Amino acid sequence: MSGAVVLEVDGLRKNFGGVHAVNGITFDVREGEILGIIGPNGSGKSTLFNCILGQLPPNAGQVRIGGRDVTGLRACDLNRLGVSRTFQLLQVFPQLSVRENLILAGQEHEGSMLSRLFGRRDAGLTGAVENMIDAFRLRHLADSEAGGLSYGQQKLLDAAMAFMAGPRLVLLDEPAGGVNLTMLGDLRERLREMNRDAGATFVVIEHNMDFVMSLCTRVICIAEGKIIANGAPEEIRANPQVIEAYLGH
Amino acid sequence: MKRLIWFALPLCAVVLIVLPLGLKSYGIYALTYWAISTIAAHGLNLTLGYAGQISLAQGAFVGIGAYTTALLTTHGVPFGVALIASFLLCLAIGWLLGYPALRVQSHYLAFVTLAFGTLAWLVFRNEEWLTGGVYGISDIPRPSVFGFSTENAVHFYWFSLFILAVVSFAMWWLVRSPWGRAFMALRENPVRALSLGVDTRRYTLMAFAIGAGLGGISGALFAPLVQYIDPAPFTLVLSFNLLLIVIVGGQGFFAGPFLGAIVAILLPEWLRFTGNAYLLIYAGLVMVMMVFAPTGLLGLWKRLTTRHIPTGAPVASLDGTVR
Repeated sequence: MSGAVVLEVDGLRKNFGGVHAVNGITFDVREGEILGIIGPNGSGKSTLFNCILGQLPPNAGQVRIGGRDVTGLRACDLNRLGVSRTFQLLQVFPQLSVRENLILAGQEHEGSMLSRLFGRRDAGLTGAVENMIDAFRLRHLADSEAGGLSYGQQKLLDAAMAFMAGPRLVLLDEPAGGVNLTMLGDLRERLREMNRDAGATFVVIEHNMDFVMSLCTRVICIAEGKIIANGAPEEIRANPQVIEAYLGH
Repeated sequence: MKRLIWFALPLCAVVLIVLPLGLKSYGIYALTYWAISTIAAHGLNLTLGYAGQISLAQGAFVGIGAYTTALLTTHGVPFGVALIASFLLCLAIGWLLGYPALRVQSHYLAFVTLAFGTLAWLVFRNEEWLTGGVYGISDIPRPSVFGFSTENAVHFYWFSLFILAVVSFAMWWLVRSPWGRAFMALRENPVRALSLGVDTRRYTLMAFAIGAGLGGISGALFAPLVQYIDPAPFTLVLSFNLLLIVIVGGQGFFAGPFLGAIVAILLPEWLRFTGNAYLLIYAGLVMVMMVFAPTGLLGLWKRLTTRHIPTGAPVASLDGTVR
């Protein structure tokens, strides 16, 4: 990968009492990459995400976005810098319609507080929202309350929301969890398109190895809060340490 | 539905305008109190119903607004200035009260706001040099609007109704704007909202501030309505009553405060024909209503009229087919 460095994680540590959930992790992500993060349950993947995204303050280390130190920056400020995320558990706004969910996902990036009060109700996002609805094939559900959608549909909406503000970096926490096989293939294609057409860079935490190996351009394996392997998917699959700690024989 | 609203809205307006003409003075007072309570409930509906922040201090803000207007207008300050001062003072105090909400939620937050309500009431009662203590403040003048006196009870009702209309329009605008969407996001999923760039800290403070400000406007109208205020009307009972209005009407519904105030303010008055048992009947009705319509009257209406997506609903695929 020869693109510019988008995300740099440098010596990040996070302790919970005596437990070193993240223990000095260092890696970077370049523009256009799809980086997969794998590891057994409790290895520190989600804690790493939460530290990168300002939802947990790290004990040590630095996070840089485009060369700028953003360690400990609030999640909303980080989002305005072009970093978006999805969560392990579904996180849509159940009483808002699909369309409203998508507008909300982009509205804070448009204008000032006052213009959002006195300006247009859609914050000028109707065009972008309609494109996203079509891209994620949610047209027939656009006016339905998000809470009434099936799990898979909500997962699609969740992913679509992460792309609404045109982020430069998207962190996806187990996007394949609970999604049926057919929809999983669709989701993979959608993410590939976003990567290819919109130039979006991803970091994906995932347990579904087929999904990771077929989507990611590079994979990191974490165990007990440390990186034990970092390389191309086929290298990771064959790595004895990864097989021992995670993949099994 | 929209057509029904556009038909019902002017009809309701006309009914509300002509309604006091056939009523005696107590009936007009009850109707005016309904309008004033609806304004305070609009504020609490924003804080609790839209933004999901529990507040048991709304009665205190009505009190602060009432005392501010009473003190200013009895010293010759025009009502308009007093009204704005009441709004701004409550807005500022509400903003400060919002800070605890950044750290604590649910029943912990309820206790923080409850403590503030008690503190405010103690100030109303004990700081005689300012509030007159238990003797209160009397001879509060009713305003004249562009030479139009509101001394007459019906005229003051119309004036209160006009302020209610202005506040309601502002609320309607607010909840339909991106701010309203952000308030709802704060209520439904603050962690996700934050990750989407919503400054949840700022919106929490604003929800408290605007809600409190509307409580202040309500108090600014209450003072000239009764023309004498003491601490008695601003106990925690008022805060609980305003909470009842919001919950019975349907929290998070724009029209909830109007309906809730009908139930909480006007229904007990209509039940007076039952004699001494009227409060007993009223309490029973409210309990039954809460059991069968926990999301309020408008929540019940929505449940009855919304088409449900059955379990196993068609699943959309990215290839455009529906399975």
